[in-house]
Amino acid sequence: MEAGVLFVLARHFALLSLLAFGGGNTVLPEMHRQAVDVSGWLTDQQFADLFAIAQAAPGPNILIVTLIGWQVAGLVGALVATAAICAPACTLTYIVAHLWDRFRDRPWRRVVQLGLAPVTVGIVGAGAFIVAATVDKSPVAVLLTLGTVAVSLWGRLNPLWVLVLGGVLGAAGWV
Amino acid sequence: MSHLPDGAAAPRPVPALSDLFLAFLGIAMSGFGGVLPWARRMLVERRGWLTGPEFTDILGLCQFLPGPNIINVSIAVGSRFHGLRGALAAISGLIGGPVALMCAAGALYARFGAQPMVRSIFAGVAAAAAGLVVAMAIKMAWPLFRERPLEAVPVALVGFVTVGLLRWPLAWVLPPLLAAGMVIAWWRSR
Repeated sequence: MEAGVLFVLARHFALLSLLAFGGGNTVLPEMHRQAVDVSGWLTDQQFADLFAIAQAAPGPNILIVTLIGWQVAGLVGALVATAAICAPACTLTYIVAHLWDRFRDRPWRRVVQLGLAPVTVGIVGAGAFIVAATVDKSPVAVLLTLGTVAVSLWGRLNPLWVLVLGGVLGAAGWV
Repeated sequence: MSHLPDGAAAPRPVPALSDLFLAFLGIAMSGFGGVLPWARRMLVERRGWLTGPEFTDILGLCQFLPGPNIINVSIAVGSRFHGLRGALAAISGLIGGPVALMCAAGALYARFGAQPMVRSIFAGVAAAAAGLVVAMAIKMAWPLFRERPLEAVPVALVGFVTVGLLRWPLAWVLPPLLAAGMVIAWWRSR
């Protein structure tokens, strides 16, 4: 049973590692689909909580997989999930990094980058929508989300202060 | 770390394995809400291991390849200086500290996550945190939609609807959509 769960974790995150074109946030929707809808590892609420921890903590945000792994199978699950999300992409990078300089001026490199950008935008937008739809259950919650957006786009303040404000308002029972 | 004289001709420092580990540990632990800007600051401005264009080129590669960008950056930079050992030193520094932190957070959450007080705090923090990804999507979309609306908006919209609203698996959506995006980019750039 335990080994079966670990295998599913490893397979799932290893696949996501190779689908994460345009960065870690691209695979947020697929993580949600797998962890909440397909496998039933987490509730919607728990997923949103782990997402918040990963965003608030230092380090790459992709490490939400460490938290998901921990919820599913404790320490071993956390390590398996982390290794699985890193290893395939890292192996590919290690191999390709040495070849990359050769293709510096090839026109297809630019076409690939131009073609990649709108796909990434659409899917990161989908992840943003899924997370916001999960957490924005009250008018105050919607305002907090919009507050972080406004501060991130126009403010000089570190947006993490809005997370702190959210925690305080939440503790006061207003969200 | 040695102090470089002001001329550009000075030999650039080559980091030891322990330097790579510590530099990426520092990048990871200062990177609240996004690590990439810190990577540039550390590798180019503070340590001088890479020039600005070299960093941009490595970043371009890492954005082109799948996987979290900053993790790919650690592999590319580590292997540039010390091959496989360098890559392992850099990524250990980058994820070692945060993973330990995440394990502690995961354990606390598993234990106390269901308590009413914790629930109400999380309701507020998660609502604010959602804004970080919303803002990131807007920041990425804005310049793209202004420069190339005709080719970018339809592709982005299909991705948003299929993955965000219809909740189709990413593995179905991504390969055809990437192909479509690149064919459109190629056709428009001719």
